Amino acid sequence: MNLKELFPRNQVIGFVFSLILTAAALTVYFLDLSFQAGMTVLLVTAFIQAAVQLVLFMHAGETEDKGAIYTNIYYGVIIALVTIFGTLLCMTWGYI
Amino acid sequence: MEFFERFAVPHPSPAIYASMVAIGLTVIAILAGLTYFKKWGYLWREWLTTVDHKRIGIMYLISALLMLFRGGADAIMMRAQLAVPENQLLDAQHYNEIFTTHGVVMIIFMAMPFIMGLMNFVVPLQIGARDVAFPRLNALSFWLFFMGAMLFNISFVVGGSPDAGWTSYFPLAGTEFSESVGSNYFMIAIQIAGLGTLMTGINFITTILKMRAPGMTLMKMPMFTWSALITNAIIVFAFPVLTVLLAMGTMDRLFATNFFTTDNGGMDMLWANLFWVWGHPEVYILVLPAFGVYSEVISTFARRNLYGYKSMVASMVIISLLSFLVWAHHFFTMGQGALANSIFSITTMAIAVPTGVKIFNWLLTLWKGKIVITTPMLYSILFIPLFTIGGVTGVMLGMSAADYQYHNTMFLVAHFHMVIIPGVVFAMLAGLTYWWPKMFGFMLNEKIGKSAAWTIAISTLVAFMPMFFSGLDGQARRMYTYSESTGFGIWNMISFIGAAGLAIGFALIVYNVYYSVRYSPRNISADPWDARTLEWATHSPVPEYNFANVPQIDSIETFWDSKKKGHIMFKGDYEKIHMPNNSGMPFIMSCIFFAWGFSFVFAMWIPLIITTIGILVCMALRSFEKDHGHYISVEEIEETETKLRGAK
Repeated sequence: MNLKELFPRNQVIGFVFSLILTAAALTVYFLDLSFQAGMTVLLVTAFIQAAVQLVLFMHAGETEDKGAIYTNIYYGVIIALVTIFGTLLCMTWGYI
Repeated sequence: MEFFERFAVPHPSPAIYASMVAIGLTVIAILAGLTYFKKWGYLWREWLTTVDHKRIGIMYLISALLMLFRGGADAIMMRAQLAVPENQLLDAQHYNEIFTTHGVVMIIFMAMPFIMGLMNFVVPLQIGARDVAFPRLNALSFWLFFMGAMLFNISFVVGGSPDAGWTSYFPLAGTEFSESVGSNYFMIAIQIAGLGTLMTGINFITTILKMRAPGMTLMKMPMFTWSALITNAIIVFAFPVLTVLLAMGTMDRLFATNFFTTDNGGMDMLWANLFWVWGHPEVYILVLPAFGVYSEVISTFARRNLYGYKSMVASMVIISLLSFLVWAHHFFTMGQGALANSIFSITTMAIAVPTGVKIFNWLLTLWKGKIVITTPMLYSILFIPLFTIGGVTGVMLGMSAADYQYHNTMFLVAHFHMVIIPGVVFAMLAGLTYWWPKMFGFMLNEKIGKSAAWTIAISTLVAFMPMFFSGLDGQARRMYTYSESTGFGIWNMISFIGAAGLAIGFALIVYNVYYSVRYSPRNISADPWDARTLEWATHSPVPEYNFANVPQIDSIETFWDSKKKGHIMFKGDYEKIHMPNNSGMPFIMSCIFFAWGFSFVFAMWIPLIITTIGILVCMALRSFEKDHGHYISVEEIEETETKLRGAK
């Protein structure tokens, strides 16, 4: 077995990526951003972070269940987004 | 005495006191009967501790029928109150409590267990499995549902029923306007039953994806199993919303949070919004299994394969997605602007497309079929015209501009009853009659069954058609009385006659069960309907292990092929069969859940803490338990098979 196979390449990349994302999220505290900009940065980094965790550390794509797991996640994300934006549409944006 | 005052009914009447006495006497009679006939051991061993999907299914069905009569009694009382103007039979408060419990009982404690019961009984048989993926979780699901239902049902004699409508909209359901514990019952009882439903969802998705017989690909599954898979997927995505919503409502009522209050940053409309985010998918959770039953029944009794199998599956997948996109049509008049309402109007219309595909597939199955009119088929054929009335009026309500005219009237009440009764109740009765011989080894009487079907269908029309007219005339729903000058009297009297007819119809079904138990022949074959799917390939009643050999599947209708083309389904010798052990844990844990819920309803914190610990202890015990199930030996299988084969 050579060194390349022993080295946990994906995990290290994931770890570095997590660190970068956390640092990016931390800048919201140190930089003087507006509320909207701050929240945007936090939301974007949070979702990328969640994806990194799922794929690299929770092994979402490594078994034969891959298809079912991803279908499930995509479906859940779609339902969640529809619920949130639909609610915003009814209660805030579209409300007279 | 001060402690016990909280359990008093805040708004008592002679009828409630009479119910208390009746409930007391019934409980005593049941306990005494069990003791006298020495059935405690039998009850505990064979039913309370069972993890067999067939027995759990039958228990679900019994509970559903009991709740059907509870909800039906509510309905009769409502119709009797409204039958003549200015009636004094019920007062406003009782009427409020009765329409609230009627709705909750019929949707959550009648329709849900009915579909769960049929799914439990049929799905593992249709896919050639020995049980569900997590048998003990399945038992827990049932007992949680049962305890939730019981907790809800004692509300009217202990502490008072909920009275804010089955939708329990805030701020009406908040502590300011609903002071009694009634709405606490609503929150907690549905929460407990909902946990059970969520577990069922996960259990059945796993079962269907992982435990199909060899050769049965997804696209070779029977249509009822397909509908069960889609339904459970919707359950898993929709019920968490209900769980969170009820938790928020409970916190508002008991811990003075401000999610749905009108001040302190609360948003009362958010309750209606989130309720229907769950509530609309719930409609499809109820109706898709019903469509699955119709698909099985129509294909069996048209004596041909189901037309458009792939489009059936595709339309269900599309419905499952669209069902999450339409919820705001339940509150078009709450104040959203034209843009939001138009979007939800369009998505609502879009659902008619996949539903239409299904209807046309059934019609094309019937076309060129050799139709045999049996009781299940009669329900399925009566379903089509009646459901169309419900569907067409639904399109009227779905147009948001027109909805301002119809909303909150009896028109709406008539619409959803004309959808749910043919769509769900007819299907469940058809399914019950259809699978009855598989469950109990004898058939229900066809003659009585058909007269019940006709009585129920005609009475449904008599009961609900007048509401369309009185609704368009302006009769609001949930009004406990009206003056003579409104002219609603005649419509409501006709409606009451229809309700009485429905009562007769359901009484006929009970009589049919009694009659068939006594007189129906027991020497029927395992396949009395000449059906097409796998559940008919094993004996009736079904042995504990379902199939002595695992069936080999190579087409959509393997069982039919084995009958007509000599295809061999069961190959090889018997092997010992691995089965799960019974367990009392689900029942005990659910009893603790009942006490937990009761403590929560009355805000009794010390019992609540104790029962919470009890629940956690049960879960911990399960985690450390070593239970590898048991084996049924080959000799035992041979013995059972010979006995069951001899019975035919």
